[in-house]
Amino acid sequence: MKPPDFSYHDPRTTADAVGLLSTLENAKLLAGGQSLMPMLNMRFVLPDHVIDLNRVEGLSYIKERGDVLEIGAMTRQRDIEFSAAVKTKCPLMHEAITQVGHRQTRNRGTLGGSLCHLDPSAELVSVAAALDAKVSVAGKNGTRTIDFAEFPVAYMTPAIEPDEMLTAVAFPCWPARHGYAFVEFTRRHGDFAIVSAAALIEEDASGKVTRASVTLGGMGPAPVRAREVEQALIGEKIEEKRLTDICESLRSLEAVDDIHAPASYRQQLATVLPRRALLKAHRRLTGEAQS
Amino acid sequence: MSETRKISVTVNGKTHEETVPVRVTLADFLRHQLGLTGTHLGCEHGVCGACTVLFDGHSARSCLMLAVQADGHDIMTIEGIAPDDNTLHPLQEAFRDNHGLQCGFCTPGILTTLIEFLRDNPDPTEEDVRIAISGNLCRCTGYQNIVAATLDAAARLRTQSTQTGS
Repeated sequence: MKPPDFSYHDPRTTADAVGLLSTLENAKLLAGGQSLMPMLNMRFVLPDHVIDLNRVEGLSYIKERGDVLEIGAMTRQRDIEFSAAVKTKCPLMHEAITQVGHRQTRNRGTLGGSLCHLDPSAELVSVAAALDAKVSVAGKNGTRTIDFAEFPVAYMTPAIEPDEMLTAVAFPCWPARHGYAFVEFTRRHGDFAIVSAAALIEEDASGKVTRASVTLGGMGPAPVRAREVEQALIGEKIEEKRLTDICESLRSLEAVDDIHAPASYRQQLATVLPRRALLKAHRRLTGEAQS
Repeated sequence: MSETRKISVTVNGKTHEETVPVRVTLADFLRHQLGLTGTHLGCEHGVCGACTVLFDGHSARSCLMLAVQADGHDIMTIEGIAPDDNTLHPLQEAFRDNHGLQCGFCTPGILTTLIEFLRDNPDPTEEDVRIAISGNLCRCTGYQNIVAATLDAAARLRTQSTQTGS
């Protein structure tokens, strides 16, 4: 349970980090270490080189750019949790991040590390999917942007080339008057979700839904947007009976079968959690008492 | 044969200049190189919380950090929380008085976690405390007395800060 032998590099600039990444063979980037370090300790990964990003300047920030919140890849989950800008402009992310691991892991864990590790039920991955985030990636030929919908290519595999690194993520925020909720089912607080649901809604003056985003995490290799449910909600008033009918269709989503839960159990959660999230989002939007 | 680096790290107020193999975790550095064996290693993959230390004042799992990453940083371990050799920290007193430990293996990680938590939340609810220690596994107590000890410690620390006027 000790890390294997490797060469250690601690570059100070993104350009140097990318330079190392494109010249060294079998190199791994070390961000907050909350996933890579366990994998090193258990020797699931055996890199010849570890490139530590913790001393790279300019990768830790939370910037408001109009309706977009831009967050640097090395921003600690703690900094997101306690950011006033995140809480006001992107309350879904705030609610989700309090459910990420524990205080000790959020103090080190980073946004970029979580997205690149791409655990299928990681909360930040679902938030990025829910908000249609855009991921900035730096390589030796410059920077490119990836729509988050195109980011997961397979189980725990992001659409990043071996010589590229994630530098920032842009989260388009919803207008001030919107409803949001992030709910998840776990056996214990701080565990990865067995299934999670993120909901965002806007309603018109008569209470009819004009825009909706519904995301399920933990079902398959990456979070899924429930596009049909999002469409079906348009023009509807949020009401429990109606939501139960609409969300029933989610039972037919493919789901993994593993040690934590059988597929049928996840499919059951897929009908329940989005309904709860949408009801909570609606109550927040309309200012009704929280339950 | 292992690659090494020279680091300068402050632990419990004392600065150490040491040469470390780059693959050594912060936990093993503290235990084996500095002899501070109060930091315990349970799972060595970030689940049990026994190795929690304060890294620049924030709780972190020292099995998930490399010693070389601590270069230039400030660390507090369980050995550093009491004000002196004859006085316990109010958290330690409260854990003793409330039977907040049995075997004591998880205690260093729980206390370091709680130092940060009570600094940020001086007047927590029971639920707050349970969430705060959700990343620390204790196989003896069933957590009941740990929660009671924490609430007691919070009260003691509040009294202490009122008395000192801080």
